[in-house]
Amino acid sequence: MVELALPKNSQVKSGKHWPAPAGAKKVKTFKIYRYDPEAGGNPRWDTYDVDMDAVGPMVLDALLYIKNSIDPTLAFRRSCREGVCGSCSMNIGGRNTLACTHGWAEVPGKAVQISPLPHLPVVKDLIPDLTLFYAQYASIEPWLHTDTPEPQTEWKQSPEDREKLDGLYECILCACCSTSCPSYWWNGDKYLGPAVLLHAYRWLIDSRDEATGDRLDALEDPFKLYRCHTIMNCAQVCPKGLNPAKAIAEIKKMMVERVV
Amino acid sequence: MTDTSRGPLERPMSPHLQVWRWHITMACSILHRGCVIGLYVGAVILAGWAAAVAAGPEAYAGYLSILGSPIGKLVLLGETFAVFFNIAYAIRQTFWDAGKGFAPRIADMTGAMAIAFAVVATIVTWVIAGANGAF
Repeated sequence: MVELALPKNSQVKSGKHWPAPAGAKKVKTFKIYRYDPEAGGNPRWDTYDVDMDAVGPMVLDALLYIKNSIDPTLAFRRSCREGVCGSCSMNIGGRNTLACTHGWAEVPGKAVQISPLPHLPVVKDLIPDLTLFYAQYASIEPWLHTDTPEPQTEWKQSPEDREKLDGLYECILCACCSTSCPSYWWNGDKYLGPAVLLHAYRWLIDSRDEATGDRLDALEDPFKLYRCHTIMNCAQVCPKGLNPAKAIAEIKKMMVERVV
Repeated sequence: MTDTSRGPLERPMSPHLQVWRWHITMACSILHRGCVIGLYVGAVILAGWAAAVAAGPEAYAGYLSILGSPIGKLVLLGETFAVFFNIAYAIRQTFWDAGKGFAPRIADMTGAMAIAFAVVATIVTWVIAGANGAF
C-alpha cells in the first residue's frame, strides 16, 4: 500500500553530535541513522565529524573508523570489503549501494548521509531485517530442476548457452535493487522485486533447466511479476552494474511468447 | 544469528522517499502516472464539451467561458502537456516491451527526451492555436 510518510515510531529525530578531535585538518561530517532496540524510542540522526586523514577511501573505511575510534555502539553488516558478499548494502547519499565499493568523496552534499536499505523493518542502526527478501528468493526455487535422468558426468551447456547467464549470475543478493524500488516499497509483500525476478530469469533461461513452464506458471500473477512499472531505480543503483529491469522485461516477453 | 522472532511490529521502518535522491527515470515514471490521471480528467472535460454542444448555444457559450478563464486555460495547458508526454512515454514503453533501451544511460536520455518533446510540442501547439485566434 502506498504510504508516503513514515509511521510515527519511525520518524527520525535529531541525535548526538560527535565533534572532530582538536587539530583535525580534513574534517568530513557523517550523518548516520541510529536505532537501538534496547533503548526503544524513535530512530535518530547522529552526526560524526571525522578526521579524514585517518580514514581510507571507501564509505566502509569511514564506518569502521567511527566504530573503532569514535563510537563502538554503531552497528552495521560487513564482511568481504570488496563487493562480492553483499553484506554492507545501505543507503548512502540517497542511493542504495555497497559501503565497501563506494568512495566517500563521491557522495554529493556536505555531509555523507547513511541510512539502512529503505522501507524495511530496522533491527539496529544500519541493519535491516531481510527475512522477507530471502523468503521470496527461496520461493522461486533457485536451483536446477530436471526430469531427465542425471548424466554420468556433468550437465552439459554450450558456451553460447552459458553466455546467456552473463549479467545475471553475478548478482550477490545485496538487496540494493529491491529496496530501491517504489513498487517493492508499496507492495513488497506481494511483488517479488527486482533481485528475485532477476534470479527467476536466470533459471528460466538456463539451457539445462527443464521446468521453464512451471516457473512461468508460478510468476503468472497480478503482483509477483507485473508490479514492475519500469521506474528503473534497480538498474540505476545495482553496485554490480546488472539490469534487473531488463531481466523482468525478458520474463514478460517469455510470458507473451508462450501464449502466441 | 540475530533474533528476529519478536516480530516487525515494534521495529521502525527505514526511511525511503525521505532520503531518496531521484533519478530522471523515477521522475518520468511518476510524471507519467500523473499525466494518465490528468487524461482521465481530460476525458471528462471532453465529454462535458460534447454535452454542452448538445444542450444548446447558451450552455455551450457558458462552458466555453469556463474553459477560456485563466484557470480553464491552465488546465487545458496541462492537458496538452499530458497528451504529448503520454505519446512520448508510450513510444519509450514500446521499445522496453521489446527488451530495448534499458541501460540506465539510455533510459535517462529517453526520459529527458520525452519531457523535452512534451514541453516543445505543448508550446508549439499553443503558439499555433494563439496565432489562429483561439484565445
